[in-house]
Amino acid sequence: MKPWLKWLPLVAFALCFVLFRLALSHPENPVVPSKQIGKPLPEFHLPAALPDMAGVETRQMKDGKPHFLNIFASWCVPCAQESGALMAMHDAGIPIMAIAIRDKPADITRFLNRYGNPYQAIGVDQGSQVQLAIGSSGVPESFLIDGQGVIRYQHIGAVTESDLPQLMTIWRQITA
Amino acid sequence: MQAKHQRLILGIIALVAVIAAGFLALIAFKKQAAYFYTPTDAVKAHLPLNRNIRLGGMVERGSLTREKDGVTIHFLVTDNYQKIPVAYRGIVPDLFREGSGVVADGHFEPSGSFMAETILAKHDERYMPPMTQQQAAATQTTLQEK
Amino acid sequence: MIAESGLIFLWLAAMMALLQSLFGISVLNNRLENLFSGAVKITAIIQAALALAAFAMLLWLFMRVDLSVMLVAENDHWAKPMLYRLAASWGNHEGSMLLWVTILSFCGALLALFSGKSDQKLLSLALGSQAFLALGFFAFLLFVSNPFTRLNPPASEGLGLNPLLQDPGLAFHPPTLYLGYVGLSVAFSFAVAALLTGKADRDFAKSMRVWVLGAWVFLTIGITAGSYWAYYELGWGGFWFWDPVENAALMPWLAATALFHSVSVLAKRDALRVWTLVLAVTAFSMSMIGTFLVRSGILVSVHAFAVDPWRGSFILGLLGLYIGGALALFALKIGKIHQGNHFVLPSREAGLVLNNLFLGVILAIVLIGTLYPLLAELISGEKLSVGAPYFNLIITPLALLLCVLMPLGALLRWKQDNWMTLKWPIQISAYFFIIIEYALYLKGKWATAPMASLAFGVAVAVAVLCIWPLFLQKKKLWRIRLNVWGMVLAHLGIAVTLCGIASTELFSKELLTALKPGQQANMGSWRVHFDRVMPDMGSDWTAIVSDIRVERWGHSFTLHPALRHFTNPVTDTSETALKTTEAGQLYLVLGQQADDGRWQIRGWWKPLVTFIWGGGFLTAFGGILILLDRLWEHLQKRRRKSRPDERQRLFL
Repeated sequence: MKPWLKWLPLVAFALCFVLFRLALSHPENPVVPSKQIGKPLPEFHLPAALPDMAGVETRQMKDGKPHFLNIFASWCVPCAQESGALMAMHDAGIPIMAIAIRDKPADITRFLNRYGNPYQAIGVDQGSQVQLAIGSSGVPESFLIDGQGVIRYQHIGAVTESDLPQLMTIWRQITA
Repeated sequence: MQAKHQRLILGIIALVAVIAAGFLALIAFKKQAAYFYTPTDAVKAHLPLNRNIRLGGMVERGSLTREKDGVTIHFLVTDNYQKIPVAYRGIVPDLFREGSGVVADGHFEPSGSFMAETILAKHDERYMPPMTQQQAAATQTTLQEK
Repeated sequence: MIAESGLIFLWLAAMMALLQSLFGISVLNNRLENLFSGAVKITAIIQAALALAAFAMLLWLFMRVDLSVMLVAENDHWAKPMLYRLAASWGNHEGSMLLWVTILSFCGALLALFSGKSDQKLLSLALGSQAFLALGFFAFLLFVSNPFTRLNPPASEGLGLNPLLQDPGLAFHPPTLYLGYVGLSVAFSFAVAALLTGKADRDFAKSMRVWVLGAWVFLTIGITAGSYWAYYELGWGGFWFWDPVENAALMPWLAATALFHSVSVLAKRDALRVWTLVLAVTAFSMSMIGTFLVRSGILVSVHAFAVDPWRGSFILGLLGLYIGGALALFALKIGKIHQGNHFVLPSREAGLVLNNLFLGVILAIVLIGTLYPLLAELISGEKLSVGAPYFNLIITPLALLLCVLMPLGALLRWKQDNWMTLKWPIQISAYFFIIIEYALYLKGKWATAPMASLAFGVAVAVAVLCIWPLFLQKKKLWRIRLNVWGMVLAHLGIAVTLCGIASTELFSKELLTALKPGQQANMGSWRVHFDRVMPDMGSDWTAIVSDIRVERWGHSFTLHPALRHFTNPVTDTSETALKTTEAGQLYLVLGQQADDGRWQIRGWWKPLVTFIWGGGFLTAFGGILILLDRLWEHLQKRRRKSRPDERQRLFL
């Protein structure tokens, strides 16, 4: 056996390893937030999900005041997980609008009874059209929108307690 | 000596086989690999003929029509900047609907329309094809730079 | 408390694995050898028991649908039947990784329990390596994908299992496949042990052989079953899509097939030492790389999972440690391993080497094709996918050549044979080949599908060659040893699969139309009547079920393809309807309803399509026969040798 030949398998694997490493570090998710930030909200008008609460439409978001828009669904587990953090934001006086994805009124009511209702208004998006238009690829996601209806921050996944300080900072920046 | 000789022969056969296979693979990659395009990419590349393409984007709302035979459909795939007409003969996947993400495998016809051989609809609440997502984002940035 | 106990078991198992790998490596010191070779076995058994207990806790949580556990809430649901609640436990990332590592330690325990004959030093080192492998994956579970994470407050309702995966066959698909993937870890560990001791001889090969064969059988069954699942569940009528996930299963299979053959040569003729070691490391490396590719989500795939990049990095780190470590060890130590016997050209071992070569080339091509998109994206930024067109073009000719070579090795004798041995079988099978090709030529198939026509003839000719060794035995059929039968059937299975693929390519008839209830259409010689559609419902779904009557030559069947709507999670699926006849299979799919009231119907008549999976199972069955033969031989030897003191030693 030639001496260099015995290193061949290791070299071949090392090449694969480098390839994997580069592929892993290739940015994939970070592009999404930067894509949406600075864009105006698409025009939409979603009917109310519950009879005793208002629906959600773009016009409301352009009232000169900032808004927090949360995309959730009663059937989504991480959405239940973030309910605590959302309640905390609600208690801090932040008005939260919501879009419920492919959901039924009865399920939403049950969900809110169980985890608390931080929402000011809930629109229902049966076909996920608004969700797609707004650039969200899953639930839950949250958007911070300034008074002109421009997206200033997108948070993908559940909002946790540790995300709150950052969200509050951005919120204050928008309000100022 | 005899044995050594034959090991050499085997070694040469092995080498030839590996090189031939590698060569074949390279040629095949050139022709057979399906390049991923968004509608914008496809227009930029002047709708390349004679190669496999994966066209990814959203099914434009209101664009879906069905031919008289009941099984051929036409729709527009869009990335919000360009639109490509797509024709497909067959049963669409369960998640396929207007406004949903779609990846169509096929090729361009000289007429400029895209003939899809298979259709993948991969959008549900928890998943979006990373390529579409990333590609759409990339398209966006290049357009904004201009 | 179930979740917490599960987590505790997992930690304890990881500790045990750490202890076991330390014990294992200490055997290298001669003075410690006697001290620790017993301890390493005991720790292996305890570690496996703890891992099994952790997995049992997870199963229990899923059976109880304990929604205070995140994994259960995300994947389980009350409305699911018990079987799918269990299947849901391994149908997700964390659960499947736990199953993976549980099987890994289980294999270690089996190795400790049932390898009394092996060289003790080799065995202890192999167990140490096995534990070192397990340790990394325990750490992966404990640090980045804990299956027992609590959800606070608990969910009100579970999310349910992906309806596509709700299928009795698929419920057991991952465990079967994992037994195959992970079973190869034992071969890997043996190879590492052999490199450490510098002894890769016949005894080493004999210890390893059974493990390779067992893993290979499970892999074969798993791949065959998975292919059948994709065939009827995806509704595309295809049986293999060259999806990265499928390639991830195919690559270890190719390596394991090559490994089994080379380890047989090593056990019989003491040749191919270095090559066997390379393959043993490669086979399990392919398993790990496959797991990484699937779990890290770096490849776009039909089966893509939502993933956390941190997990991908962690598995990649393990990959680098284990594969890189083993290959570095190989490079450093291989010089110490003496060359085995040489061999001369017309001999069985030469035939096996040639087969190994082809398997290796095919493996390389599949690997390159799977990784090429990553490479292309990094180099040129272009996004592309390499799919069926590439693989079919390149793999088909190579696979055909391999099929032709496959039975020839089995016809030759070990050590040295005469080329004339092959004269008769080749001549006879060539007649079959010519007759079939001529018939296909007359039917005009040569013009429309040349490759499939060639493949059909090759399949039949190869089948003849595969059976030939039975006649060489010059014995009554029932007196032929099980391992000869096993080899013949395993090879024959490959020919049968090839025949099924070629026949489907050549003779399938397809129907794609839209009909109103009451209308009819033709599909080849079949007449298709679309009778009616009705609503239906099950525990967690509602459906529209159609009645489609299909008739030909006085035979008539009614099939019920359906559209199903699942509520948890909300998903639509089309339920394919299949009817198997002796000549082939009818395959019907119901599509959506158009505005004018017509329903889309897609159908295929696929002659001999069942041969594809029948062949796969036949191949696996062949492997099982060889295993039985080994077991039988082992028992015989033991009966001859056993004396009271010997028996006592075995129980200790």
